[in-house]
Amino acid sequence: MKIAVCIKRTPDSETRFRVGASGSSIDEGGVKFDMDDFASYAVEVALQLKEKAGSGEVVAIALGPDNVQETLRKAMSMGVDRGVQLKADAVPFDGLAVAKALAAELKSSAFDLIFFGKHAFDTSEGVVGTATAELLDLPCVTAASKLEIANGKGTARRELEGAAEMVEFSLPAVVTIDEGIARPRYPSLKGIMSAKKKPLETKPAQLGTPRVAVKSMALPPDRPPGRIIGEGSAAVTELVKLLQTEAKVL
Amino acid sequence: MANFLVFAETRGADLRKVAGEAVSVARRLADASGGGEVHAVVAGPPGVAQKADTLGRFGADVVLAIEHPALATFAREAVAATIAQRAKSATYRAIVLGFTAQGRDLGPRLAAKLDAPIVSDVTEVQIAGDSLTVKHPAYANKVVVTLSITGTPAIVSVRPSAFAATEVARAARVEPLAPAIDPATTRVKVVQVIEGAKGRPDLADAPVIVAGGRGLKAPENFKLVEDLADAFGNAAVGATRAVTDEGWRPHADQIGQTGRQVSPQLYVAVGISGAIQHLAGMRTSKTIVAINKDREAPIFKVADYGIVGDVLEVVPALTRAVREAKKGH
Ligand SMILES: Cc1cc2nc3c(=O)[nH]c(=O)nc-3n(C[C@H](O)[C@H](O)[C@H](O)COP(=O)(O)OP(=O)(O)OC[C@H]3O[C@@H](n4cnc5c(N)ncnc54)[C@H](O)[C@@H]3O)c2cc1C
Ligand SMILES: Nc1ncnc2c1ncn2[C@@H]1O[C@H](COP(=O)(O)O)[C@@H](O)[C@H]1O
Repeated sequence: MKIAVCIKRTPDSETRFRVGASGSSIDEGGVKFDMDDFASYAVEVALQLKEKAGSGEVVAIALGPDNVQETLRKAMSMGVDRGVQLKADAVPFDGLAVAKALAAELKSSAFDLIFFGKHAFDTSEGVVGTATAELLDLPCVTAASKLEIANGKGTARRELEGAAEMVEFSLPAVVTIDEGIARPRYPSLKGIMSAKKKPLETKPAQLGTPRVAVKSMALPPDRPPGRIIGEGSAAVTELVKLLQTEAKVL
Repeated sequence: MANFLVFAETRGADLRKVAGEAVSVARRLADASGGGEVHAVVAGPPGVAQKADTLGRFGADVVLAIEHPALATFAREAVAATIAQRAKSATYRAIVLGFTAQGRDLGPRLAAKLDAPIVSDVTEVQIAGDSLTVKHPAYANKVVVTLSITGTPAIVSVRPSAFAATEVARAARVEPLAPAIDPATTRVKVVQVIEGAKGRPDLADAPVIVAGGRGLKAPENFKLVEDLADAFGNAAVGATRAVTDEGWRPHADQIGQTGRQVSPQLYVAVGISGAIQHLAGMRTSKTIVAINKDREAPIFKVADYGIVGDVLEVVPALTRAVREAKKGH
């Protein structure tokens, strides 16, 4: 079982963001970065499949400046065998441009499965995985919340609004990973030590020309400060009255 | 003058609400760029073409109907290939679709097939001459990004419920569109559709959401949440990740950064602390109510109306009061 996982380095989700001086990026001062959540689920699923198969290789690929090497090392400390950095000065906000670079790298090796996160925390676009699949002309399941691989075939569950569908597909294939499928493992001390010695290759990213550009960023308007209207069930009458007369939602 | 193509989403043979919203967006953009045509693609089992009336009402000039028995479920590869073929044979300024389970699959496929720039989950779209700009909430809704897109066709997927479906009373003419590949022999095949809880609206459509957290203490206490939702009558039930991790509720019910993003008229948070990742999925709700025994819980910072108290006591009382209030109508 040979599996590639594309991982992105993104800000920690606890961050209180500020817009940077340029007005078109976030202020990265004091912001912690880590592997994107959905990508970390994808790494976990890949490692579990390899362990179940008893043999194989899991390769992590990250496109970005040199700080993505840290993210690749983290993946290796979880158990990924090697890392590939597709070096670029910055990651454009253009999912198709990123997909082109990842597809250019992925097309040369024969993977049984290629995993992505359902979407990245920062862009929240959900484009890169499915677009890469299409560029590689591979079958693709977008946002799988369950996945089983057996006898060269895959079965996945996808959440629809208010329903779910089960799909079958042939390998090789691309799957983008939703939450609920697996919780990422914590790197062990031994994992962290051995990750330092695992191969990490760096190549230039063959990014497409970005055609989606950030013009500006802004923080959404704050909600008015909250208000506590009372304690215990005695407050229920007042609440219902406010819902009827003030909020007009009842 | 520019024409616009829309993917008007169906489930089975029924149009989804987002289909009307997407057509409305395209109509407005077509009018803003000199009055071009809006072409809406529907894909479904035979008979789906009859939905054309509805799409005309929202501003479609032409309905392109892909009908095939195997399109009773979402045969994504066939739909993508057919729309891409159509888009190559005509000139469209943009392709508009919903950012839904189907749309998040279809949009990137079209982008790759057509080498077209794509923006997803947008909440505003403006067109002026050659310039197309959108607003897109990113960083788990914590930053609103304005993006400009160059190149045609631009692929724009719109956040469900962010745009109104506006009636403009047009009559659409229907044209059949032949599938570019056989929908029955695609590489990814739907083998089963599992229906969700009966009688409840989906989280995206529900005007009221009652959501429960770990403060409910045990899975069986979710009955209190269900009862309150029933009292409202039009409510969906949601949950925090603490609850879906415990397996008290399915992951599909999870609201937040890594779950569903919702924006109902009324959100009732029951025994929920209000972690930043939960707020990311519900803070744009119109009115927020919180019930929590801890006066310092962060959920009270965003709650329009907070009650400090034990959910096991307050929620049944609220359910009774809501039932009474509904009766009084
Ligand atoms: C990367 C990442 C992604 C995440 N994504 C999500 C997401 O999408 N959605 C999400 O919800 N979370 C998400 N989380 C988890 C989030 O950080 C919180 O852990 C979670 O939301 C807490 O759920 P909770 O409020 O139910 O539980 P808790 O935080 O344990 O809160 C329970 C609350 O119930 C109150 N309570 C207890 N007993 C009672 C009682 N008898 N009556 C009244 N109140 C009572 C307590 O005072 C407390 O405030 C994510 C976390 C990470 C790190
Ligand atoms: N710069 C990148 N390097 C590696 N993988 C990426 C990168 N950007 C996005 N991805 C992958 O694509 C997924 C979806 O990203 P997006 O389309 O930006 O929401 C992520 O979860 C990653 O798996």
